[in-house]
Amino acid sequence: MFDNLQILTTAPVFNLQLLLNGISIAAIFALIAYGLGLVWGVTSVKNLSQGDMVMMGGYLAYLLHNHGVHPIVAIVPVAIIMFAFGWIIYRLIIKRVIELDLFTSLLATFGLAIVIQQALNLAFGPDVRTIKSGFGNYSFFDGTVDITQIRLIAIGLCIALAIAMVLFLRFSRMGQAIRATAQDPRAARVLGVDTDTVYALTFSLNAAICGAAGVLIAMVWVIAPFYGTAYSIRAFVIVTASGLGNLPGVIFIALALGVIEQYSGFILGAQFQQATIVLLLLAILIFRQLALVRHRRALQ
Amino acid sequence: MSKRNGALAQGLAAAAAIAAIALPPQAFAEDTIELGSAISITGKYSQEGKNAKDGYDFAVKKINEKGGVKVGGKTYKIEVKYYDDESTPARTAQLLERLISQDGIKFVLGPYGSGPTKAAAPVTEKYKIPMVEAEGASRSLFSQGYKYIFAALSTSEQYLSPVVDLAAELAQKNGKSPSSIKIGMAFENDPFSLDVRSGVMDRVKHYKMKVVIDDKMPRDLSDISATLTKVKALKPDILLFSGHTKGALTATRQMSEMGVNAKIIAITHCESADLVGKFGKAAEGIMCPTQWAETLKYKDPLFGTAMDFNKAFLAAHPDYKEVPYQVAQASAAVEIWADALHRAGKLDKEAARNALAKTDLDTFYGHIKFAPDGRNLTKPMVLRQIQNGKYIVVAPTKYAADPVVYPRVAPQ
Repeated sequence: MFDNLQILTTAPVFNLQLLLNGISIAAIFALIAYGLGLVWGVTSVKNLSQGDMVMMGGYLAYLLHNHGVHPIVAIVPVAIIMFAFGWIIYRLIIKRVIELDLFTSLLATFGLAIVIQQALNLAFGPDVRTIKSGFGNYSFFDGTVDITQIRLIAIGLCIALAIAMVLFLRFSRMGQAIRATAQDPRAARVLGVDTDTVYALTFSLNAAICGAAGVLIAMVWVIAPFYGTAYSIRAFVIVTASGLGNLPGVIFIALALGVIEQYSGFILGAQFQQATIVLLLLAILIFRQLALVRHRRALQ
Repeated sequence: MSKRNGALAQGLAAAAAIAAIALPPQAFAEDTIELGSAISITGKYSQEGKNAKDGYDFAVKKINEKGGVKVGGKTYKIEVKYYDDESTPARTAQLLERLISQDGIKFVLGPYGSGPTKAAAPVTEKYKIPMVEAEGASRSLFSQGYKYIFAALSTSEQYLSPVVDLAAELAQKNGKSPSSIKIGMAFENDPFSLDVRSGVMDRVKHYKMKVVIDDKMPRDLSDISATLTKVKALKPDILLFSGHTKGALTATRQMSEMGVNAKIIAITHCESADLVGKFGKAAEGIMCPTQWAETLKYKDPLFGTAMDFNKAFLAAHPDYKEVPYQVAQASAAVEIWADALHRAGKLDKEAARNALAKTDLDTFYGHIKFAPDGRNLTKPMVLRQIQNGKYIVVAPTKYAADPVVYPRVAPQ
C-alpha cells in the first residue's frame, strides 16, 4: 500500500493519469446525477430507474450502431427517442404517483427499473455489449499517460450539455417555469404555470440526458441489462452528497468521487474503490449534520 | 397443438408402460448397460446442455458401433436415460432421485454446469451411486469429501495456473530465474474467479514469484483504469484477469486504450466475450485458457486423435460449425465409464466406484486419472494465444501445436 503511495511521489506523472481517468469517469456520472437531481428537485420523485434508462440509451445506440450509425451521431436520435419514452412514462406512470407519498413513487420507479431490465434482457439477451467508437488515443510522456479521444469527447459533451441546461433553465420561459415549479408548485400554478407540462418536460429531459449518457457508457465501458443499478446508486450518492438543486455541487462532488475512486483503486486496490466512495458519503453526511446542529445552536 | 402433443405423449407413455410390463426388466438389462443423466435441455443452459448431451450420445454411438463394452466376459451395449432438469439445480436433484430410486440407474453421467452438479452430488452420494461428471468445474465440488463424484474436466483453480508454469518455463529458457517474475492480477470478487486466483497463488508460491498487483474487482465495477495505471507504474511481467465476459471485455479494451502491455497477458472467457471479433488487433497475443482444443496431440483407440474426434463429430453433426469443448469432455465421460465398467468386471455400483478411482486412461480429451477428491489433475488446462485473429494452442508446450509469441508485442 505504501509502496504504491511512494510511486505517486517519486513518479508524479502517474497522478496525471489518475486525474484524467477520474475526470472522464466523473463527467459521465455528473451528467446522470444532474438529471436525477433535476427530476428530484422539480417533481420530488426519486427516480430509481435512472441507471436503467441509461442502459436503455446504451442499447438504443448499440441497435443503431448495428445499422451503421456511428455512436457519436447516434446521441441525437437516442436522446430524442428517450425524450419521447420519458414523456410516455410520465403520462402513464409518474403523473399518477407524483402527488402521492414518497413510498409510492419509489415503488413505481423501482417497478419501472425491473421492467426496463427485463425488457432489455428479452430484447438483447443477458450478454455484455460494447460499441467500438473507432477513435484512437493520445499518449503523453512516453506512453506513461494515455487518454482516449472518446473520453475527451465524453468530457466535452458533458460540459456542453451542462452549460446548455444552465442556459435553458436560466433564460428560457420554460426554464423559468421549471425553476418556479421546483420552488413552489402551488404558487407556480396560481401564477399560471402549467405544472403538469413542466413535470412532463422535466422527466423527459432527464430521460434524454440518461440516453446520451448511455451512449457514452456503451463506448467507454460496457452495457448489460442488469448493470443499471450501479449507475443509479452512484447518481444517488452524488445528489445526496451535493444537496438538491445544486449544479456546481453535483459537478464538484462527481469530480471528487471520480478522482478519489481512482486514487483509492491505485493505492488500496480495486476492492476498496466502492467502500471508499460510501465512506466518503458517510463522512459528508455526518459533517453536514454537525454543521446543521451548530447552525441551529447559533440561532437559538 | 399442445393438446395433441399431450395426448401423443400420454399414448407413448402408456405404450412404454405396456412394453415394460411385457418385457421382464432382466431381459432388457441383459445386454445393455443403462447410464442416467439429468441434463439441461430447456432453460438458460439449454445450448450447453445440448452440447453435453450430443457429446454423451456421440460416444455411446461410437462405443456401440465398436461392439459395446465387455464386462466380465459378456458384451453390453450402452444406453443413456435422460431427463430435462430445465437448467434449475433443484430439479436436477429431484430427477437424480428419480433416476436412482425409481428407474434403478446405478451409473450416472453428470448434468451441465457447476450449479446443477452441486445439486446432484449430494444425491449420488446418499445412494452411493458413482457419477462421472464432465461439465461442473467449481472447486467447491471437490472439497466436501464426496466419494462418488469423478470429474473429467479441469477444475476452476486450474484455469490460469498453466500461465504461471509457462512463464516460469519461458524465463528459464531465457536464462532467468522464475523467482524474478513479477505478477499483476485482477480477479472479480466471485467464487469462480477467486478459485482461479487460488490456483494461481499456489503456483506463484511454488516458484517464489512476486505478486505486485493483486486487485479484486467488485461485481458491478466496469472500470479498471486505476488497476491499469498501477500496471504502468509497476510493470509486471505477467498480467492475469478473470471476471467473466465483462472482465474480459473491460480488460482488453482498457489495456489497449491505456497502452498497457506485459510479456504475457492471460484472460478467462475470451471466446464468450468474442475478443477477436470485438477488438481485432487489440486482442492479439492475449492468452486464453480452455479445457480442450482439437489441435492437441492427445489420442485413444476409440476416437483416434483429438482432430479425428473433431472431424467425426462434425461429420455426424452438420449443425455444428466447430466442436465446443463441452462436447469433447462429455464424450470423454462416457469413455471413462466404459473403461471403468470393463475393469470392474461386474455391473455393481461399488465395484464400479472402485474401478473409477483407479482409472488411468489416455483419451483424445487428455489423460484421465482421479485424485482422491475426484478431480482429474493429470489433464492440464490448455492455453491458446490469439495469433492473427485465431486461437492457437501454445501451452502446455508438450501438447502444443505452435510456438508461443513471447514477449507479447503491443498492438499498434
